[in-house]
Amino acid sequence: MSEDIILDIKDLQTSFYLDDFEVKAVDGVSFKLPKGKTIGIVGESGSGKSITALSILRLLDHPGKVKGGEINFKGRDLTTLTDKEIRQIRGNEISMIFQEPMTSLNPVYTIGQQIRETLKVHQGLDKENGTKKAIELLKLVGIPSPDKRVKQYPHELSGGMRQRVMIAMALACNPDLLIADEPTTALDVTIQAQILDLINDLQDRLGMSVIMITHDLGVVAETCDYVAVMYGGKVVEYQDVKSLFRNPKHPYTVGLLKSIPRHDTDVDELEPIRGSVPSPKDMPKGCRFAPRCPFATELCMEELPSLDHVEGESEVRCWIYTDHWDGDAEVKAHGPKRVAQSN
Amino acid sequence: MAQKELLKVTNLKQYFPIKGGFLGRTVNHVKAVDDVTFEIFEGETLSVVGESGCGKSTTGRAILRLDEPTAGEIEFDGGDLLALSKSDMRKKRKDLQVIFQDPYASLNPRQTVAQILTEAMAIQNVIPKKERRKRAIELLETVGLNAGQIDRYPHEFSGGQRQRVGIARALSVNPKLIICDEAVSALDVSVQAQVLNLLKNLQREFKLTFLFIAHDLGVVRHISDRIIVMYLGKIVEIADKKSLFDNPQHPYTKSLLSAIPTPDPEAKKERIILKGDVPSPIDPPTGCRFHTRCPFATDLCKTEVPDLRNLDHMKEGHRAACHHIEKIVTGDMQPT
Ligand SMILES: Nc1ncnc2c1ncn2[C@@H]1O[C@H](COP(=O)(O)OP(=O)(O)OP(=O)(O)O)[C@@H](O)[C@H]1O
Ligand SMILES: Nc1ncnc2c1ncn2[C@@H]1O[C@H](COP(=O)(O)OP(=O)(O)OP(=O)(O)O)[C@@H](O)[C@H]1O
Ligand code: SF4
Ligand SMILES: [Mg+2]
Ligand SMILES: [Mg+2]
Repeated sequence: MSEDIILDIKDLQTSFYLDDFEVKAVDGVSFKLPKGKTIGIVGESGSGKSITALSILRLLDHPGKVKGGEINFKGRDLTTLTDKEIRQIRGNEISMIFQEPMTSLNPVYTIGQQIRETLKVHQGLDKENGTKKAIELLKLVGIPSPDKRVKQYPHELSGGMRQRVMIAMALACNPDLLIADEPTTALDVTIQAQILDLINDLQDRLGMSVIMITHDLGVVAETCDYVAVMYGGKVVEYQDVKSLFRNPKHPYTVGLLKSIPRHDTDVDELEPIRGSVPSPKDMPKGCRFAPRCPFATELCMEELPSLDHVEGESEVRCWIYTDHWDGDAEVKAHGPKRVAQSN
Repeated sequence: MAQKELLKVTNLKQYFPIKGGFLGRTVNHVKAVDDVTFEIFEGETLSVVGESGCGKSTTGRAILRLDEPTAGEIEFDGGDLLALSKSDMRKKRKDLQVIFQDPYASLNPRQTVAQILTEAMAIQNVIPKKERRKRAIELLETVGLNAGQIDRYPHEFSGGQRQRVGIARALSVNPKLIICDEAVSALDVSVQAQVLNLLKNLQREFKLTFLFIAHDLGVVRHISDRIIVMYLGKIVEIADKKSLFDNPQHPYTKSLLSAIPTPDPEAKKERIILKGDVPSPIDPPTGCRFHTRCPFATDLCKTEVPDLRNLDHMKEGHRAACHHIEKIVTGDMQPT
């Protein structure tokens, strides 16, 4: 990649140490994010998307811990910083917005008070300047009559407006990187469209880089430049967005795409993936997807494939793309998308 | 195609009182469903879509009489549902089953699957006692679980499997109509696809009729024969699936369809971004309830409630409630 890389995560591992058990929530996440671009992290429930995000900002609940890997942000490995140094990055250089804005806003303070507090902590703005800037920010995120809204409490706003407020707060310090964890999942689609539009527009204007966490491949297609697909705590595929949808490489990605009922075309029969996501208590030992994969071989069941380059910038974690493959020759020759269709 | 009406809902209203003041008097109403009329034909899937709070679940609950409707008529299989006594209504539930979004909340955690299924059969007394367990095993297999899982508890299943148990329970009494309220909404997409395929196959096999409540228009396109679009307690459009997706007439339907992200980065899209939020159903806008957000709204829209209408350019059975359908379709009216 010739572009500037703002974030380069290498083999991140985060575990929760329970009394008798280690939950390997994130267990091999690697991806690069070029400056000013958006990467989508997709995957089903429990695949480790949120924990990846929280690991970056060191916001993990006890007993969670980053136990390995690198998080290179603007040339510094965040895993090596002190808690104090991370706090300075949080909210300043990297901000995060969450799925449920109500739980991240404090119900007893007005919107204005909360934005002002952020501005005071990070930029040392006094009350008067803080209020001015708060109104500016609310205007930036498209909230009508911002001078009235600053005086209101979170419960007086709709879900969509609360999410706008969260975005305003996240943008308060012109972050270089915005992490959005399912920012529209709790919202109606017409409101989702407004918020996604807003994030896209702000990104263009402010030159931010964005990590968009979602389980919705439609959101990925419409907002992202790159995509990391996660399964069982690992990135199984990384591609630019067009390549991913045109030519998905991992059997899991192929399965996901064939499972979506489309609103824009008729699909006669969905082709679901058999079985369900493994629980962290009984993770398959080989390829995490092997028990559900239509192409799995004995090798897949026994040994974990690594995330390797195939064609240009694309990376995939699957034995099919290695010299060790001794399964179906068709799938090796034509890829899982074509083969699964003819099956 | 002469189709038999299985369910007919006429002028259904569901107003929930809002208590207020220190006397706890009713100060106002939430007009959750406000004068809704539609029918469901035997063997079809009719979906109800629309944004949060538009009255989808309330419509389903009224049909099941989980809430007593404020006004209107509900005719099911030739009989008047609202005239039934509480105990007759309970018996009627044999024909009218429901599957909810969160199967966990609706399955008793202290009962095994066998107990859950045989109890449902016992309540409706549809199958002799000694045959119930055998029937329960058959049902499990019908929904893609295996006989070995029959003595397990709900928490031992994944979300998708629990939803299958919920479906098996609904099927256990041989119902005529199943109301699916967001039945697949909580499932991961790979598992959601399994359950959707299952529902479609069961419908074919057992000639079931579905009232399918959902907000995901991809899911709805996949499963429905006909679709109702609701906005703030009213039906704004009703049509067969093809007409609704290929030839939507109501400005709200159009913006709803255009707002859904398409899983194809190379698709060209024109998006109609609506202004503002859905207004409150307590004091809904006068006239057309969509007028506060509609790009075509005129003074007429602010005062007159539009009727559901079928016009020449629309297929039979396709109706939309907008004053300006004609002018919008010819391009004589442009969005503002
Ligand atoms: N505090 C915790 N203690 C133990 N395990 C945890 C904790 N938080 C998360 N996990 C586990 O880590 C794994 C990854 O969780 P994560 O929240 O990242 O999933 P996700 O991909 O964001 O899923 P979703 O789409 O449901 O939000 C899951 O198996 C989860 O159960
Ligand atoms: N028991 C009740 N008392 C008062 N208001 C109610 C009651 N049940 C529903 N409502 C209100 O009626 C309206 C319609 O609610 P309903 O649950 O039918 O919406 P919905 O279309 O199913 O939405 P969702 O997609 O969020 O499930 C909402 O404004 C809701 O707050
Ligand atoms: S490694 Fe094997 S099991 Fe895993 S996705 Fe590839 S083919 Fe399937
Ligand atoms: Mg998450
Ligand atoms: Mg509902």
